[in-house]
Parts: sequence; C-alpha cells; structure tokens
Amino acid sequence: MSTQNLLLSLAAMSMLAGSACGRGSSGRTVIQNKGSDTLVNVAQAWAEEYAKVDPNTVIAVTGGGSGTGISAMINGTVDIANSSRKMKDEEIALAKKNGVDPVEHIVGYDALAVFVHKDNPLRELTIAQLASIYGEGGGVDKWSDLGITVPGCSSDEIVLVSRQNNSGTYAYFRSAVLGKEVEYKLGSRDMHGSKDVVDLVEKTPCAIGYSGLAYATDEIVMPCVKKDDAAPCIAPTIATASDESYPIARPLLMYTSGKPSGALEKYLNWVLSDTGQCIMKDKGYAPVNAVSCG
Amino acid sequence: MQHEDVRDFHWYVDKAMASLVFLGGISAIVFIIGIFLFITREGLGFITDGLDLREFFFDPAWRPTSDSNPTYGAFALIAGTASITGLAVLLSIPFSIGAAIYIAEFAQGRTREILKILIELLAAIPSVVWGFIGLSIMNPLIIDMFDVPVGLNILNAGVILALMAAPIMTTIAEDALKAVPDRYREAAEALGATRWQVTLKVVLPAAKHGLMAAVLLGVGRGFGETMAVLMASGHSINVPDSIFDSVRALTATIAAELGETAVGSEHYQALFTLGILLFAVTFIINLTADLVMRGIKRS
Repeated sequence: MSTQNLLLSLAAMSMLAGSACGRGSSGRTVIQNKGSDTLVNVAQAWAEEYAKVDPNTVIAVTGGGSGTGISAMINGTVDIANSSRKMKDEEIALAKKNGVDPVEHIVGYDALAVFVHKDNPLRELTIAQLASIYGEGGGVDKWSDLGITVPGCSSDEIVLVSRQNNSGTYAYFRSAVLGKEVEYKLGSRDMHGSKDVVDLVEKTPCAIGYSGLAYATDEIVMPCVKKDDAAPCIAPTIATASDESYPIARPLLMYTSGKPSGALEKYLNWVLSDTGQCIMKDKGYAPVNAVSCG
Repeated sequence: MQHEDVRDFHWYVDKAMASLVFLGGISAIVFIIGIFLFITREGLGFITDGLDLREFFFDPAWRPTSDSNPTYGAFALIAGTASITGLAVLLSIPFSIGAAIYIAEFAQGRTREILKILIELLAAIPSVVWGFIGLSIMNPLIIDMFDVPVGLNILNAGVILALMAAPIMTTIAEDALKAVPDRYREAAEALGATRWQVTLKVVLPAAKHGLMAAVLLGVGRGFGETMAVLMASGHSINVPDSIFDSVRALTATIAAELGETAVGSEHYQALFTLGILLFAVTFIINLTADLVMRGIKRS
C-alpha cells in the first residue's frame, strides 16, 4: 500500500469514527450501513459493486442483526439500517424522540423455505399443518399424523429444527405461521444459524426445518406451501417470493432517517435498479420487481 | 550512631519486583471478586423483582422472547447440564483413572513420556472443533448405530465432553498417584505383594483424596464447557428421560442468546441469573476439590 493510499484509508477510517455520512477532506462521502445478518452478504456485494459506479461514495457495511441496525438508527449513528423485520411501533416512537424519522424502503424479498430430508416423500404442506407441527398444542408429532412414512425414520417422530429465540427468522416464522399469541413447542433443536439448520436436516431423515431460501442445497427437499386447503400449492422460488404468491415470504428492508437525498438517494436508487436487483437475485433473494439479468 | 542509607538502585528494584509479584498474586482475587460483582449487578434486578423462584427452578418452559407471556423456567436447562456432565464423568472416570494408573505405575521411559504428551495434546483441541466432530461425525454415526431419530443428544455431548475432561482428570490423578511415597510400595512389595496388588490395595487407597479431586475438577470442566455442548447436544429445551434425548445446557443458552439481547432488558438479566447459578456451582465444585486436596497434604 502506497503512502497516499494509506493516508486515504486513514481519512476514511477517521470519518467512520466521526459523524455519519460526512464529506471528508478528500471529497469522499461515507455512508454507514448496518444491521440484518440475512442482508449482510448482499449489502457487502452492493457496496463493492457501487464503488465502481461511484468512486466518490464509500459504503461501510456491518452486520450484527436487525436489532443492532435498528438501535443504531434510533441513536442516529447510521445512515441506512438493514432489517429483515419491520420496526416495532415503540422503536419508531423512540427514534422520533431522538429526532430520527425512519423511512422504510423494501429492497427485496426472502422466501422462508421449509426443509425436509431428501428421502422424505413430503411434497406439500398447508400453513395449518405447519402450525400444528411447530406450535404448542398443535398435536402433530409423528410423520404418520401427516399420512406419510419416511424411509430411514423408524421412530416416526418429527424432529423439529428451529432457530434461537432472538433470531429475526424465528420471530417472522412465529408471526406468519403460528400467529402472534401461539408459542413454539418446547423440545425443538434451536440452531444458531440458517446454515446449521440445513446441515442438520441434510443428515437427519426424521427432521423438518425452516430458513431463508438462499441457504437451500441439493441435499434437501423443499415442499410447496398452501395458504389453506383450497389455495394452490406454491413452491418457494425467487419468482414466487417476488410476486408475493408464496405465503411465507418476508420483505427485506432498509431504513433511512427522513427521505433520502444526495448521495444516499443515488445509492438507494442504484440498489433498486436492475444492476442492484440482479446482485440481490444472484445471492438467492427475490428482487422487488421482475428483472432480467445477464 | 549513623545508619548507612541502604536505598541504592538494587534496593528499589527489589521493592518494585516485590510489589509487582504481590500485585500478580492478588490480581486473581481482585478479578474473581470483580467478575462476581459484575454478574451479580447485571442479574440482580431480575432476582429481586421479577424472579419467581419456583418457576425458575421447577418449570421447564424457557420462553424469554414470547410476545404475550415470557416465562423463565430453567429446570430443563439445569437438567440438561446435569445429564450431560453426569454422563461425561461416568464415561471419563474409568478411562482417565486407568490411564493415570498406567502412566504412574506401569509405563516406563519412552512410552510414558509419549503417552503424557499425547494426553495433554487432547486438551489442546479447541472446543469448537470438538463441537464440529459432534455435529458432523457423531450425529450420523449415532443415528445409524442406535436407530434413533436424531444424533444430537446427551450421548453425543457426553462422549465429546468425556474426551475433553479426560486430560485434566488424567493429569491430576497421575499427580495424586505420584504423590504416594515410594516406601509404601516398597513395604508392600517386601511383603510379597504383586504389582497389581500393590496398586489396588496400597497406592489407590492412599491416593483416594487426590483421585476424588481429579474427578471433581473434571465435573467442573464439563459444567462450564459451552461451545462443544451447544453444537453436540441438539440445543433443545427438554427434560430428558433417556440418553438419546436432545437437551440444552445453561452455558449454551447464554452463549446463543446474549449476543442479540437488549442490554438491561428482562431477558438480558435472566441470562445473567443463569450466569450466577453457573458461577456458584462451579465455584463450589472447585472449592470442594481444593479442600479435598488440602486434606491429603495435612494428614
């Protein structure tokens, strides 16, 4: 690294430490972007690509979870907060008290796929069935309760795989499938990451799990999901998440303080452009609108 | 009569070194009191106003993030930690004590040195690697061998933990056997006892306090282990009735949940309360081991 580069990066670093979205002496604008671990890979890819589009704007991306990003937004220390859940009313109130007016931007969609072992013959599920598998008092504990026999699973027991109780995915699955007032059954294996869920389901014939579509592998099967008995069965794909026909797809959000302007507006417009949305699709998430990517 | 001033350079160095060593000596005490005060302060708010002791100790429902009705029952977590540690110690005792007897009483020269190094190497494997072995090697193996629905369970975590506790138990047990004076062995041999009789009837009874301390320290090691247990136990809130049930440990619960909890919230304080419980139990175990060991030296 040459001395000049070193000075530049030092300047960038000192700007990171200082106020958000500052214009440094070198004329570069730094945009602070923090939050959701679901979005962090995409946000990183966007930041790298955007550096080529607009060399005068530096996007500094950090993960830490949706909650981390939102509290940074409330405290006014970031320009963009990434989140895989909507801000709660009390969080918005808290932000307003600090003079921050959070504005929500939908930047993509994530389908929550249900995973089973590749030998499992299960091909479709209704939301009600999922709720009785995962929800307390649901009553479905054996694969035969669903009318199927799973090869390699002689005990017939459904091995529930879930997420740790502070994950955004866990919270979204509860509100979308079980309903707000219903608890998860105790005794699920609560994995510490989406990848661990997929790993365990791959190796366990009796298992069922859920996670973002981006984590799917060839070693597992994803049954299609019906909203109710009468509805068509929709497979989790980028297309069905995008047109919101898949019943358990969630929007991925970016929050800014007030309506974005200047470099921030330019960046968000680029994120929603075909180039930005194709990067989203490339990482396994659904774009906001239909795009054709080369 | 005039005293000569002895405070030359070496005198100051001497004083400085003495206070430095003193600081080092008391730092452990300062740290342990500091840590205890910290976790107590963080968890105290919950203990004094929110905690329902009966729920905490006897209810298995740990649901800290529930929207409608959060509950903080730690019974399943305590049962999980106890069952994993119990199985680990049961599995580890015969191997560790056996290894210690072989190394201290029977092995000679080179074999002995190599064995000691290898056993200490076992302690150098990071716990996340053990967890990885549990997750990706032991899990399918247990499913195949015992025909159970899932291989992340007490057996898996217990075997992993037994392997992790073995080095510390072996090393301390070996020290205890070495501490038995040679004249005991010589006296027994002079009476015509065989090697095995000497070990079984003379050395083991004489070293029993040290062996007990070794087992207790193994228990303490198992109780506090986090990462490997998190990965191998299944991390499932469940009061077990067989070794093939998935369970969740106290340590693993703290590790998995603390990172994304709002500082100062009820959930955060509840996790610190689990921390106080863990701290108290490991403190008692280690103190007992220490007292038992001191017991031998005095007698």
